[in-house]
Amino acid sequence: MKINRLALCGNWILERFPLAKVWNEHMTHYYAPKNFNFWYFFGSLALLVLVNQFVTGILLTMNYKPDAKLAFDSVEYIMRDVNWGWLIRYMHSTGASAFFIVIYLHMFRGLMYGSFKQPRELIWIFGMLLFVCLMAEAFMGYLLPWGQMSYWGAQVIISLFSAIPVIGDDLSLWVRGDYVVSDATLNRFFAFHVISVPLVLVMLVFLHIVALHEVGSNNPDGIEIKKYKDEQGIPLDGIPFHPYYTVKDLVGVAVFLIFFATVIFYMPEMGGYFLEHANFIPADPMKTPEHIAPVWYFTPFYAILRAIPDKFAGVIGMGGAIVVLFLLPWLDRNPVRSIRYRGGIYKKALLLFVISFICLGYLGTQPATPTATLFARLFTSIYFGFFLLMPIYTRWEKTKPVPQRLTEQHSLEEQLHTLEEQLPALFEEITETKPVTTEIGDPAFRSSFFTRRPNAEGLLNVTTRLVKKLKESLD
Amino acid sequence: MKLITTLLLLLTLSVGAHAAEETKLQAANVDLSDKVSLLRGAKHFVTYCLGCHSAKYMRYLRIALDAGVDEKIVLKDIAPEGASIYDQLHSAMNKHDAEKWFGTQPPDLSLIARSRGADWLYSYLKSYYIDPTRPFGVNNMVFPDTAMPNPLWQLQGEQHTVQRKTIWGEYAQLVLDEPGKLSEREFDRMVNDLVNFLVYVGEPGQMERQSIGKYVLAFLLIFLVIAYLLKKEYWKDIHKDVH
Amino acid sequence: MINEDVDQSKRQFLTSALTVVGAIGTGYLAVPFLAQMQPSVKAMAAGAPVEVDISKIEAGQLIRVAWRGKPVWILNRTPEVIQTLKTLDSQLRDPLSQESIQPEYSKNPVRSIKPEIFVAVGLCTHLGCSPTFRPEIAPHDLGEKWKGGFFCPCHGSWFDLAGRVYQGVPAPTNLEIPPYRYITDTLIIVGETDGEKKA
Repeated sequence: MKINRLALCGNWILERFPLAKVWNEHMTHYYAPKNFNFWYFFGSLALLVLVNQFVTGILLTMNYKPDAKLAFDSVEYIMRDVNWGWLIRYMHSTGASAFFIVIYLHMFRGLMYGSFKQPRELIWIFGMLLFVCLMAEAFMGYLLPWGQMSYWGAQVIISLFSAIPVIGDDLSLWVRGDYVVSDATLNRFFAFHVISVPLVLVMLVFLHIVALHEVGSNNPDGIEIKKYKDEQGIPLDGIPFHPYYTVKDLVGVAVFLIFFATVIFYMPEMGGYFLEHANFIPADPMKTPEHIAPVWYFTPFYAILRAIPDKFAGVIGMGGAIVVLFLLPWLDRNPVRSIRYRGGIYKKALLLFVISFICLGYLGTQPATPTATLFARLFTSIYFGFFLLMPIYTRWEKTKPVPQRLTEQHSLEEQLHTLEEQLPALFEEITETKPVTTEIGDPAFRSSFFTRRPNAEGLLNVTTRLVKKLKESLD
Repeated sequence: MKLITTLLLLLTLSVGAHAAEETKLQAANVDLSDKVSLLRGAKHFVTYCLGCHSAKYMRYLRIALDAGVDEKIVLKDIAPEGASIYDQLHSAMNKHDAEKWFGTQPPDLSLIARSRGADWLYSYLKSYYIDPTRPFGVNNMVFPDTAMPNPLWQLQGEQHTVQRKTIWGEYAQLVLDEPGKLSEREFDRMVNDLVNFLVYVGEPGQMERQSIGKYVLAFLLIFLVIAYLLKKEYWKDIHKDVH
Repeated sequence: MINEDVDQSKRQFLTSALTVVGAIGTGYLAVPFLAQMQPSVKAMAAGAPVEVDISKIEAGQLIRVAWRGKPVWILNRTPEVIQTLKTLDSQLRDPLSQESIQPEYSKNPVRSIKPEIFVAVGLCTHLGCSPTFRPEIAPHDLGEKWKGGFFCPCHGSWFDLAGRVYQGVPAPTNLEIPPYRYITDTLIIVGETDGEKKA
């Protein structure tokens, strides 16, 4: 009886609202390629982190005070006096870093499998707009604790606008609302951080997903599953997103949350990368800290800025590093999407790009010594070289034949299983039997593990094999 | 490929060399579960630091709660006369006097352990030496030209620097020439208690945070196992198709 | 795609198990999120017991102190007032304070530890306005029946000088009496009861 009433109530809503239609279109009848791998977790994880930031952010605004005199105190008030305030604050601060980790991996996935290529250019553009918005959101949010790093970081970044010819000085003055970063700046950044940018973010996420579901997901093989359909028009290599990918993503969520919780509960500062040490000193407009570095997720771009010896050119370089990403769908001239079937030159270029991005990120956290600047220039050239030379090197690329249907790759479980089987043989190879010198009393020590010692020749053989395999995978 | 490896190697070397130039810090032994040490540290803080430095985000009540002692004991043994249990650790010093005497305002110490680190504080408090060129007659190895006079000199005694030569070059070392009220071991323990307390004050909830962490992780592991089993069960459909 | 030999009961079981575990997790996560809206330590510090020196309050005078941010009245009642209180029972809704909030030691007709010193939270039990103190008898705006008391301007509730509510007014119960105790004859502490703390 009760269930009937509930069903009636449900029907009443369904007759007036396309809930079932939306659910079917985007979940149970959205056919995704069945070969998604590890790299396909990060889209849903980004959504999870976004929700986390929204919920914890709203709770933080209840106790935070966007006032230069009170802001720092109110953050400590949240950390100490508000019930569970520390947890909410750490969830938010760790969430900010987690967001960028997830987004960078998500973008890297796109680079590997060519997810930005025709017909998915617009998804990539929306994604890049999301990335820019996210950077703005993170930058403005970082001012709010009003510590030394918040203050001087904002001061430096806003001053970048002043490098723009003619309007620069007026523009940076207008952004700050004062001659230096001050209460006025804090107040407007608060407004942007909690209202404007989040609204834009939500809209862009919506557009990103709508655009994705229109053309369908790419996959690690980079081929269209829509080409081969059964009698009902369902792609042969497609599976309904729900339940198959919902249950799979839940596993990803669980693994992510384990990492996330470990950081929150055991290392919320992450050695000064997620929460910088100098930010525990209240903002002091009279005294710049000895070494200012932005939070880690901005450091690659910051390193590019510092690498260029001219103020305006530096700003152009930093902006260009982001703008060039927007152009990616038109820079890459190779129609083959997935790295699995692309030529060695793209694999090597991508590897170089990733290395230079990571190194730039590291250099951005370090003081700018002459050697460091030299390296930063080198990596900046590689960064831009990867994109700007792309129209040329992607043309010569010797690609491999692309299959018609999705290929079956060994799953992680299977790979682990094979590894487990190979392990004893590998152990045999890299060790040799120790000559018995003394009788060891404990029988447990007489097992094969303790009677063997490393064997140099075997180790060398294994390493050479590994390197050869690596090289092969890059060709 | 070789080029990249060489470059990377060079990069780490050049940055590593930069870090080595800083003064070696002595390691503090931070143990927040040692409530007795925390209470001793709190007492030392109120006696030797609170005259000039506040810890304005910390309440006496919180000390009593976290150390598991009665509020009355904290008020009697630790807090200065007339403080209420809800009071924060405010300093009695007036800002203008401070500017006049030290040329700067003594910073609030609530978060000093989070901005400087425990080892830095421990080494700093132990590294004062006689230097007649400074206004207070003392200088510091860890924080050269510090504005703070040595609040613990009566306990530690007087130190001065000696230049030592080794094959790696010259370096300065501190030598105690006039012992103070405490032996070296007692003094080390005292400074360690103080640093322990400052680390605690930096984030009073950190012990609670870590103890909750285990349960959260255990829960998430259970969630992971069930989610994995569910995924495996559903994905049988798809793997069947292929084989 | 659809297999007949799928173990539906296992799926059902695992789905339910995951739902239950997920719900438990969400529940536990909701606790800190909701608890953060509870009064913070700062609010509790502001709500700490307050000491009040009552030696300066003249007969018939009322003073207000803040406890937990609420107005607390301390009224020194004259013997005539105490006499009048005894005659009002028939007009009151809860003359013996059976349904009202007060510590055990002030659950008596005059609602106080010492008859002359009356301590109460000055917020109307109807919707939380602070009633005005009207000690005069039969003023022209309140009429003949007024024997001195507290009048709530928001919705017109009447209370006598022991904070007891009259019949036929919106307020449901008598004014709340906070916990308090005498430290000395002239010093009381509001927010604390003898022996146990109620801060």
